[in-house]
Amino acid sequence: MAEKTKSLDFIPRLLPPFELLAEGHRGCQGCGEALALRQVMKVAGPNTIICSATGCMEIITSPYPETAWRVPWIHVAFENAAAVAAGVEAGIKILQKRGRYREGRVNVIAIGGDGGTADIGLQALSGALERRHDFLYVCTDNEAYMNTGIQRSSSTPYGASTTTSPTGKESIGQQTPKKNLPKIVAAHDIPYLATACPSYPLDLMDKTRRALDTVGPTYLHVLSACPTGWRHAIDMAVEMGRLAVETGVFPLYEIVDGKLKLSIKMDKRKPVAEYMKPQGRFRHLKPEDIERIQQQVDEYYESLVYRAECDAGR
Amino acid sequence: MASDKPTWKEYPMAATIHQPGSATGQNTGDWRSERPIRHPEKCDKCGICWIFCPDAALFMNEEGFYEVDLYHCKGCGICVRECAKGAIEMVEEGE
Amino acid sequence: MGERTGLEVSLAVSEAVKLARVEAVAAYPITPQTHIVEELAQMVADGHLEAEFIMVESEHSAMSACCGTSAVGARTYTATASQGLALMHEMLFIASGLRLPIVMTIANRALSAPLSIWGDQSDVMAERDCGWIQVFAETGQDAFDLSVQMFKICEDKRVLLPGIVNIDGFTLSHVIEPLELESQEDIDAFLPPYEAQVILDPRKPVTIGPVGFPEIYTEIKMQQNQALLGSYEVVLEVWAEWEKKFGRAYKPVESYCAEDAEILINIAGAVSGTARVAIDRMREEGRKVGMIRPRLWRPYPFEDMRAAVKGAKGVAVVDRALSFGGPGGPIASELRSCLYPLAEKPVVASFIAGLGGRDVTIDDFYTIVAETEKIIETGYTDEYKMIGVRE
Repeated sequence: MAEKTKSLDFIPRLLPPFELLAEGHRGCQGCGEALALRQVMKVAGPNTIICSATGCMEIITSPYPETAWRVPWIHVAFENAAAVAAGVEAGIKILQKRGRYREGRVNVIAIGGDGGTADIGLQALSGALERRHDFLYVCTDNEAYMNTGIQRSSSTPYGASTTTSPTGKESIGQQTPKKNLPKIVAAHDIPYLATACPSYPLDLMDKTRRALDTVGPTYLHVLSACPTGWRHAIDMAVEMGRLAVETGVFPLYEIVDGKLKLSIKMDKRKPVAEYMKPQGRFRHLKPEDIERIQQQVDEYYESLVYRAECDAGR
Repeated sequence: MASDKPTWKEYPMAATIHQPGSATGQNTGDWRSERPIRHPEKCDKCGICWIFCPDAALFMNEEGFYEVDLYHCKGCGICVRECAKGAIEMVEEGE
Repeated sequence: MGERTGLEVSLAVSEAVKLARVEAVAAYPITPQTHIVEELAQMVADGHLEAEFIMVESEHSAMSACCGTSAVGARTYTATASQGLALMHEMLFIASGLRLPIVMTIANRALSAPLSIWGDQSDVMAERDCGWIQVFAETGQDAFDLSVQMFKICEDKRVLLPGIVNIDGFTLSHVIEPLELESQEDIDAFLPPYEAQVILDPRKPVTIGPVGFPEIYTEIKMQQNQALLGSYEVVLEVWAEWEKKFGRAYKPVESYCAEDAEILINIAGAVSGTARVAIDRMREEGRKVGMIRPRLWRPYPFEDMRAAVKGAKGVAVVDRALSFGGPGGPIASELRSCLYPLAEKPVVASFIAGLGGRDVTIDDFYTIVAETEKIIETGYTDEYKMIGVRE
C-alpha cells in the first residue's frame, strides 16, 4: 500500500475543489476519460470555453436537458473540434479588438477522443496547429471508438482486439502499430505538447497548467483507461494507467520548444505482460506476441531516453 | 393527446442548455451494485480517493474527511483500490 | 449616395462583405470563388477590413470555424462552390440546426465527376434541404445588394439562420458589370452590428449542441423549420427597407413581360439575361412569352409562385442541374409540387440546359418555348428534356 503513495507526493486536498465537470454525467463506472477531463478542468478553471468532438465525453456530458458542464461548451461534429476551437479563438480575438467581447484571455480548449483526433479529426487538428491558434487540444485516448461500441482506431495498440479488428483464426486483432499522435503533433513545431495520464494527477495537472500558460497551440495526449473497451475490472482504470506508464507502454514526457523531457525516467520497467494481463482485449495474445510487443516498447522507450539526453545537451 | 412535455415553442432555441451542471439531477447512484463505506479511523485525509473519482462523487466534509455522495456514486471502486490506508471498503448494495 | 462603378462581380461581393463590417471569414479557395476570398484577404492585409481571416485547410473546416466564430458572436462569412460546398454538406445542416447566422456566397459550379470548373446550379441544388435561407442573384448589382441584405435577414432575432447568396460561377462571378456601391455610412445605417442572443461566454456558461433524444428532436426541428418559414416576412421587410433607402426593389419571384404571357420561362440565375433577349425577340414576333425567376429559393415562395403562373398556359422551367434518376429539374419539380394543390394549373415543362458551363443560347430558348407549346397541345411525352445534348 505504501508503494502506491510514492507516485503521489502531494496533497490532493489542496487542489481546487470546484467541479466544472459535474457529477451526474453518464460515463461508465470507472471511466478513465471522465477522470482525465475532471482533472484538466481543475486547472483550466471557469474562464474556459470547451469545443468538443463527438464521442464518449460529448455524449455522456450533454444529453438534453442535462449538461455536466459548468463552463461554456460547444459540440459541432466529430472531425472538427480543432476547427471549431480555431473559430472560437479567432472570433474572440476580433471581437475583443472591436470591444465587443469582454477583455482578458479565455482558455480555449478543444477536446476529442483518439478517433476524433487521430483519424477523422487529424486534418482539422493539423490545420489549427499550423495556423498557430492560441488554444489547447486535449486528446483523451482510450484507444478505440468506444462510444460507438469499441471499434478500432489508428490509436488502437498492436494486438488489441476490437469489434472491427477482432482476434480470430486469421488475425491477431489490430495488425498495425498505434499511430504516434504526439510525434505528428510535434512535427508541427508547436511550443508545447505532453503526454499525460490521470493516474498521475499532479503530473497531468502541471502539464495542463503549462499548456494553458503557453501562448500558441498546445497539445495534451492523455491515456484514458476504458474498463468497458479494454475489458478490465471497473475499479482498475487508475491502476491500468499506472501500469501503462510503469511498463513504458505509455511514456510520460513533454516537448517544450522542440526539446523532449521525460517526466519519469525509469531505468527498470515492469514487463508489459503485467499491463496487458488484466485486459480482456489482450487475452488472446501468445507469449511470442507479447515478446514482440515488449521489444517494440523497449525500443521506443530507449529512443525517447536517447532523444531526451540529446535535447538536454542542446 | 395531452402531454406534460414542452411544446416546440417552449424549448430553448437549438436545444441549448442554459443551466450549467444540470446533470447533477441525474441519480447515477442508482447504477450501483456495490457501495463504498468509509472507515474514518483509518483515513489520513490524503484526498487520493477524491482526486481519482471519475464522477466527482466524493466531497470533503467540515472535519476534512472525504464522504461519498451516494446520489451520484456509481460504485466503480477506484477509490477503494487506490486508498493507501484501507479507509474505504466496498460492500454489496442492500447491506 | 451610391458610387457608380464597373467592377468584377466577385469583387463587388467582397466589397459588400467589407461594407457589412464582417468580423470573421473562414474560407478555402475553390474556382470560381477565389477572387472573392483573395480580395477579402487583401482587404484585411491592407487594414481596410477589420476582421479575422482564417485560411482554413478545407471547406469542412471553413464551415466548422464559422460555427466557432459565430458562436462567440462575430459576424461571420464564407464562400465556396461545387466540391467545396459538397464537402461542407455535413456542416450546413449543423450550422442551421445550431441557429448560427453565417452568410455564404456560392459561386455556382458543376459537381464532379468528371471534374468541371464551369458553372451550373448542381452544387446548390444538392443543398435544398439543409435549412439555410437561399437567394439567387442575376446581376452584379443583385450580388452586391443581396449579400449585404443577407446579414440583416439572418441576424434578425426572429430568424437566426444561416443564408446563401447564389451567383453564377464565371457567368456572374468573373464578369465586370456596372453597379452602384453604397457608402459605408449608408450601409452602417442599414445594418447595425450583430447582437448575438446566445454566445459562448464564461460569465454565462451554456451548452451548445447537446444530444437530442427522440423525445425532443422533432420539436427542435419544428423550431428550425418555423424560423425558416417565418424568415419570409423578414426577407420582405428587409427588401422593403432596402428599396426605400437605395431605390432598388426585390421580390420573391421576379418577372419580365409576364402579365399577359401564355408561356413563362422559369429560370434562376444570370442566364435569365439571355432569356430576356430571347423573350424580347419573341415578343416582336407577336408571341406572348414572359419570364419568372425565383429570387427567393428558401423559404420557397409558394404563394408568389402560384400567383406568378396564374393565367399562363405553360411554364418552361430551365434547370441548370439534373436530379439523376429522379424528376429531372429541381426548379421544375418544386414548381410542380407547389402547383399540385391548385384546381387549375399550367403545364410545367422541365428542361435541363447549361450543365457544366455550356452556354444556353437564344436558339435554345426558342426550342424550349416551341417544345412547351407542343406539350400544351398534345400533352407530356417525357418527364423532362435535356437541351443541346448530342445524340
